[in-house]
Amino acid sequence: MLGPQSSLVMYDEEYQRILLLLERLLRESNSKVIFLVDKNGQLIAATGETANLDTTSLASLTAGNIAATGGLAKLIGEKEFSILFHEGEKDNIHISIIGGRVILVVIFDQRSSLGLVRLRVKKASNELAIVFEDLVSRTEREAISSSTPSPFAEITDDDIDNLFN
Amino acid sequence: MSFINYASREINCKIVYYGPGLCGKTTNLQYIYQKTAEESKGKMISLATETERTLFFDFLPLALGEIRGFKTRFHLYTVPGQVFYDASRKLILKGVDGVVFVADSQEERFDANIESLENLKDNLEEQGFDLEKLPFVIQYNKRDLPNVSSVEELSNLLNPRKVPELEGCAMSGEGVFETLKAVAKLVLNDLKKGG
Ligand SMILES: Nc1nc2c(ncn2[C@@H]2O[C@H](COP(=O)(O)OP(=O)(O)O)[C@@H](O)[C@H]2O)c(=O)[nH]1
Ligand SMILES: [Mg+2]
Repeated sequence: MLGPQSSLVMYDEEYQRILLLLERLLRESNSKVIFLVDKNGQLIAATGETANLDTTSLASLTAGNIAATGGLAKLIGEKEFSILFHEGEKDNIHISIIGGRVILVVIFDQRSSLGLVRLRVKKASNELAIVFEDLVSRTEREAISSSTPSPFAEITDDDIDNLFN
Repeated sequence: MSFINYASREINCKIVYYGPGLCGKTTNLQYIYQKTAEESKGKMISLATETERTLFFDFLPLALGEIRGFKTRFHLYTVPGQVFYDASRKLILKGVDGVVFVADSQEERFDANIESLENLKDNLEEQGFDLEKLPFVIQYNKRDLPNVSSVEELSNLLNPRKVPELEGCAMSGEGVFETLKAVAKLVLNDLKKGG
């Protein structure tokens, strides 16, 4: 499992696998938008009607939400609440935790239902968890092998200064 | 911790502004927001009380440019400073890549600075971080006010390790970008070391 302290690294192959799973979940659950967020608030992937959505803000607030309810859980002696559901007038949000570190968010309206979303999320979660396990072992392999040097090994002070110009 | 995405060629780093209540953390982010070009920033989110005190956090996503072909994004967060929001502060420190400690230079906030810095160390430790090993810079804010301690005095007290320290006046923006740049530099250098 991905520890809370390790950097998350995403590679092309796993990213494509994740996107495929999210797209399938979107179809099978009849939902509007799906995204995956790191527990630290960083957006990993999104699919569906994202054009008019501020996904960066959504990602940060989702992580804050999970962190706050996780804090609540601890206070009452639970490990964490692994599913959150927010019901709106039109749109609803279903939030669940995958493999301890990644947050899956499904936004849906009356074209779907909580029952359907729950069911499909459960199946997709297991498959997503496998991809994230592969990602961890891959990251470990890449870290050991010197054949793929980090692209950041040669960052210079000038590179950094240029960011702020 | 940072998130390196080879698929979209992005690096994401999380920077937290810490410090006692009313030291100027939110003001730092507001200034950065105002002075950053539209295309380089996202929405600034402030979860605040009706009197504009930070309740949970402020959040400002910045996309500054590219390094070695990777889009470099910084997610800036502030914590609520008041003592009784400690539970929230702990949550915001999760996965932090770099910390800015904003000290309030006013003499009467001397003790509040010490208390907040101690609180930072404790809360980081609880998350398994060591402040000594984390990218860390200190800003002595509110230098424009008359009743301030000398920088030397503040530095002796708050900065024994002599991490990068800067004077600031967040209200006018003095030192704000210098502070951000200082911490960004440390964070990116960490990345370079493969941290
Ligand atoms: N004189 C002066 N006031 C400041 C400065 N920075 C912030 N303030 C004021 O201090 C108050 C608290 O600032 P805020 O950013 O909300 O503090 P926070 O609790 O650390 O987020 C506000 O009224 C700011 O206008 C500064 O450099 N000089
Ligand atoms: Mg504030």
